[in-house]
Amino acid sequence: MKAISWIVVSLLVLGVLLAACAAPAPPEEGEAAPSVTGARIQTILDRGKVICGCNAELPGFGYLNPAGDFEGFDVDFCKAIAAAVFGDATAVEYRPLTAAERLPALQTGEIDVLIRNTTWTLTRDAVNEVDWAAVTFYDGQGMMVPVATGWTSLDDMEGATVCSTTGTTTEMNLADAFRSRGLDYTPLLFEKTQDTATAYEEGRCDGQTSDKSQLAALRSAMENPADHVILDVTMSKEPLGPLTAHGDNKWNDVVRWVVWGMMQAEESGVSSANVDQMLSSDDPTVKRLLGVEGEMGSSLGIPNDFVVQIVKQVGNYGEVYNRWLGPDGLNIPRGPNELWTNGGLLYAMAFR
Amino acid sequence: MTVDVEVMKPPRTEVGALGWLRKNLFGTWYDALLTVGSVAFICVVLYGVFNWALNTAKWGVVTTNIKVFMVGRYPYSEVWRIWTSVGLFLVMALVSLVVWKRNVTKARRGVTIAWVIVLLLTIVLLKGFGDLPLIPSVPINIWSGLMLTLALGIVGIVASFPMGVLLALGRRSSLPVIKVFCTTYIEGIRGVPLISVLFMSMLMIPLFLPPSIRLDNVLRAMVAMTLFSAAYVAENVRGGLQAIPEGQYEAGRAVGLNEGLVMVLIVLPQALRAMIPAIVGQFISLYKDTSLVVIVGLLDILGVAKAVTGQREWIGTQKEVFAFAGVIFFVTCSALSYASRRLEKQLGVGER
Repeated sequence: MKAISWIVVSLLVLGVLLAACAAPAPPEEGEAAPSVTGARIQTILDRGKVICGCNAELPGFGYLNPAGDFEGFDVDFCKAIAAAVFGDATAVEYRPLTAAERLPALQTGEIDVLIRNTTWTLTRDAVNEVDWAAVTFYDGQGMMVPVATGWTSLDDMEGATVCSTTGTTTEMNLADAFRSRGLDYTPLLFEKTQDTATAYEEGRCDGQTSDKSQLAALRSAMENPADHVILDVTMSKEPLGPLTAHGDNKWNDVVRWVVWGMMQAEESGVSSANVDQMLSSDDPTVKRLLGVEGEMGSSLGIPNDFVVQIVKQVGNYGEVYNRWLGPDGLNIPRGPNELWTNGGLLYAMAFR
Repeated sequence: MTVDVEVMKPPRTEVGALGWLRKNLFGTWYDALLTVGSVAFICVVLYGVFNWALNTAKWGVVTTNIKVFMVGRYPYSEVWRIWTSVGLFLVMALVSLVVWKRNVTKARRGVTIAWVIVLLLTIVLLKGFGDLPLIPSVPINIWSGLMLTLALGIVGIVASFPMGVLLALGRRSSLPVIKVFCTTYIEGIRGVPLISVLFMSMLMIPLFLPPSIRLDNVLRAMVAMTLFSAAYVAENVRGGLQAIPEGQYEAGRAVGLNEGLVMVLIVLPQALRAMIPAIVGQFISLYKDTSLVVIVGLLDILGVAKAVTGQREWIGTQKEVFAFAGVIFFVTCSALSYASRRLEKQLGVGER
């Protein structure tokens, strides 16, 4: 009898709490509705800074430097967005996120934009109510082997032992790649990427597989980086790029044109070193790109000279790449992340 | 007739160091086996640890990033505010030690009030105010490193204690509404893991708030930890309250005290004194639980440890940074439990 009354009371309390929580919802939905027509960008402009979800522990892409500031490839795109919107690359509030909370943080409006090495997949795009703006880095699963083996492709690796992380797509991609080639191999699985690297260095496996950018980072930490080679094979597609919340088209447009602006700047030869001279260029594309002509920025709801600010304060795509992932950083060959004019996949849409 | 009284000395193997050894370590053949085995095991482990710590480990990752470990993203130019706060705390600790040791009863109230003032002053100093020239605002959101760990721990401990006492009293109240509320709260919180409370505070709260209102993540984590810990403190205090015999209440009422005074003057002092070990245990576990905020993307000392391993020259130094974080936790937790032992001695817990 007592137990039943307890349950009734508990349910009542729960009901009251739920009702209290649900009550303020209607006006809030009324406010959230205009987001489709650009409430987010107004919120950002009013706030005076961009809240950028980033990675805090990924070499090359996002981490803390000894001064306690975030830096890296992804972080530079956060800065570029701030430079475009406010003319100030420091107007960013960084929100370090774990893999588990990154998409919910975007959906609940915690952050304005998520730039955290997130692979563009159909499921995430359709189910998780997020929109990618562009691709900033084409990553892919690769294979690292010691130079001494003389291997140049997966076909040479018949019967090899391969270190990989367990329970991830990495493991499945590895199985697919070897099976489709009809090769035998022994997987050696670990929980963390760092452990696979240790095992590989100790010689417990003949090859190690992970995303190419990570392999490059791990290789740069080895005692003799030159003794290891990343094979020219890509076992999976990992296109990474910035995301915004679903339905926030106006804001998404800003983010994608920031990225494309950086690519176009490289293509047009505009860099942080020559951007001031380029302002007087005769090339109509450059004129439109830098806001000397036309209303490119203001049609997006940001200043016309947004690309000038980005290039001045952060750099064009190539400069950013070189700083973190290129010769000055992890030293990953540009490969697909080369401009389309150089045989890569980077293709900015038309600035007109 | 003289008798040679020759006092036979006990065999050398029965007394002294040798005797002790024989009796305790080599009494039987299996004792001897255990001793030799254990010593060998300890030697191997110690050799491994020292060999790693002195030869292999790259401690540069800690020395280079010591600022990040301690105060994280707090701006360099404002670090003096942290030193001032630490100085204030040290002075207060010294004053309290002297006052309590010398038993200056009159000064005790003054010291207690001073502690509260210093605590508030520290918060103001660290947080800053808007555009004040001397102490410009430093958003709580960028608090990180050991500073965040301590802030979460101290705020959690200071705030959850009074709340826990109130909840415990509420649970024993004769007023049904209060009793049901407190019981539901305590059992509800104890029914979910801390991780889910943290996740809810990070991801659910924004759903209920209009987009214009944003609460600092660090603040949310503080509130979540406080609410969580209060439920456990409440149960500890309730245990203490139940240990007080009914006679104490009756005696209190007999001398003419009202319910409130009986509680404050007679029951609570005894109950809390008896529960010090349990409550301190709860506080230590709360302090260690602060490291869970890593999962919601806050950079406490553990988060910082992971973040600095993203730096290119320190890739793969996880062992070093985690060892360092472990040492810091060990030192701070030991200090806490030492303080509690002193407090117990001071209050004469366990003596009648």
